Amino acid sequence: MSFPWAEQYKPQNPLMQWLDSRLPLPRFVFNAVGAGYPVPRNLNYFWNFGVLSGAALAIQIITGIILAMHYAANGGVAFDSVEHIMRDVNSGWLIRYGHANGASMFFIVVYLHIFRGLFYGSYKAPREMVWLLGLVIFLLMMATAFMGYVLPWGQMSFWGAKVITGLFGAIPLVGEPIQTWLLGGFAPDNAALNRFFSLHYLLPFVIAGVIILHIWALHIPGSSNPTGVEVKTEQDTVPFHPYYTAKDGFGLGVFLIVFAILLFFAPNFLGHPDNYIPANPMSTPAHIVPEWYFWPFYAILRAFTVDFLFIPAKLLGVMAMFASILLLFLLPWLDTSPVRSGHYRPLFRQFFWVLIVDVLILGYCGGAPAAEPYVMISQLAAAYYFAHFLIILPIVSKIEKPAPLPASITDAVLSKQAN
Amino acid sequence: MVRLIALVIGLFFSGWLIVSAALGGAAYIAEPPAKTVEAAFHEHPKHVSFSFDGPFGKYDRAQLQRGFQVYKEVCSACHGLGQVAFRDLQDLGYSEAAVKKIAADWVNEVPSVDPATGEAATRKALPTDKIQGPYPNEIAARAANNNALPPDLSLIAKSRHNGPAYIYSLLTGYQAQPAALLKQFPDAKTPESLHYNPYFANLNLAMPAPLTSDGQVTYADGNPKPTLDQMSKDVSAFLYWAAEPKLENRHRTGLGVLIFLLLATGLAFMSYKSIWADKKH
Repeated sequence: MSFPWAEQYKPQNPLMQWLDSRLPLPRFVFNAVGAGYPVPRNLNYFWNFGVLSGAALAIQIITGIILAMHYAANGGVAFDSVEHIMRDVNSGWLIRYGHANGASMFFIVVYLHIFRGLFYGSYKAPREMVWLLGLVIFLLMMATAFMGYVLPWGQMSFWGAKVITGLFGAIPLVGEPIQTWLLGGFAPDNAALNRFFSLHYLLPFVIAGVIILHIWALHIPGSSNPTGVEVKTEQDTVPFHPYYTAKDGFGLGVFLIVFAILLFFAPNFLGHPDNYIPANPMSTPAHIVPEWYFWPFYAILRAFTVDFLFIPAKLLGVMAMFASILLLFLLPWLDTSPVRSGHYRPLFRQFFWVLIVDVLILGYCGGAPAAEPYVMISQLAAAYYFAHFLIILPIVSKIEKPAPLPASITDAVLSKQAN
Repeated sequence: MVRLIALVIGLFFSGWLIVSAALGGAAYIAEPPAKTVEAAFHEHPKHVSFSFDGPFGKYDRAQLQRGFQVYKEVCSACHGLGQVAFRDLQDLGYSEAAVKKIAADWVNEVPSVDPATGEAATRKALPTDKIQGPYPNEIAARAANNNALPPDLSLIAKSRHNGPAYIYSLLTGYQAQPAALLKQFPDAKTPESLHYNPYFANLNLAMPAPLTSDGQVTYADGNPKPTLDQMSKDVSAFLYWAAEPKLENRHRTGLGVLIFLLLATGLAFMSYKSIWADKKH
């Protein structure tokens, strides 16, 4: 692991020497995020978002543990207990708004982290495992966020839970028994609320575990970089500490400023007003929409409106929605171009930006009512989404003539300076 | 092999989506959806400014007290405020003794148990009690209101888009159904038991106009004049306070946090630059 020129951990303090020979935990940290980890010197700000995602998870876990001390997972009192937190618990409003907006901030930084990976080809050999584990984290995050949104037991909580668990009902033959089994009843109720709370508390720690694997897998080949050219000499790298700890410190500051503006001055901007109405199984909201970070996938789910032979449209939508995420697991083998970075891939780059616009359109349609012309637009946008990954990308990697790569990272840096 | 399977799946999903879009598009062009009466006549809330708008907004205590008076004398006839306790009213500037008196004088007593017989009874409200509406349960509320349920108002200002402006617009928006509406949509006549209001999502609501004339509530010092407009604005402000009582604390904390973060981030930026000073990147 790591490069031969990596700095060695040499404890000076006798206590640290004693500890190092018995439990080398400080050595482990030194090699993971200290001076013992050599990192390419040319990383841009897009490489900040891994650390920021970790910070967002830490904020969610800390605020979440405090919320759990005051929240009551019971259908009869859950809504009131959230209001109790907002009104009577000391700084409860801060903790709860922090947790709700923290979830949005978590998704913002993770989406930027994924964006970075897609553009700079971070998923390619030898970093496939890093990419695959990252997708596992993303799936776990989605499950956690979905179950967390159910806990306040407002109208959107209840109806969101009903729609999403209803997806399992689309599975032929066994769908309805599975849905009933998952919910512990025929509709979301106390049993569902309790198990969602239990899992919502558990999954973040599973995420933390997979993050350790994600970073472990990253440290085997070392970090990628904007040129996509592998590290060749010591000149190409700097020690993680102090170079990237300093840069991440600045990035963390900017992240917290954006977070604070959202939390203190627009805490309900990203939420839905209907979730301030207590859950009512007898009254369906006019438009059931999930939180903004699910909108692109929700648009794909709803884009299927026509049955295909014996397959009902609803089942197609469910399959497509899961496929839209699962296909990312195949990405390292769909994109066969030996060049990683989008900077040196003129054809790939054009389709990549089309994809980004496409996903933004899907997101917009997912938040809009399920009516024309939004359905038509999401159908075309979803068609491009699948075509991009499953058809266009493999062809582009075959026919594209990449631009010449720099000889080394240092070369790229120095020639950029010269210009 | 992976790429071949991917190609087949991709062709299937993309192809079927394009077919669906074409079918949907053809249907849309052949038979454009009829415009609904809501789409034609529903109006967005009026523009109205409050003292608590913006990042430095604060509540106007005198306005909140007037708004509370409107709630007490008008809205509380049907609507509860079940998340707000009488003691919270001290935030509006009432003294502890005044709050005690407001609670004790509240028309709706609190359910309790007779200490002598153990039978169900009621008692006068205490400052620790939540502000109850007049109905003991939903069935009673519906029975008294032609099967409509007057919602609890604690969170009404946060459970509607642009809540305070919405409440203000709704209260001042009652009017006769426009002739143009009936001409365009003859079937959309407001039913006997409902009331037309273009700010309500489906244009007809069960609640009759609660504020009907200037001077319906007498403000303690007669200033400002209790016009319909003023009363509506005051009660909207009060209901926003009821939904978001920690707003001032939030704004104040936020300002401090932002100043700290800007300084800290500035320092972090300078240390980043100084550490990297000798490294081209």
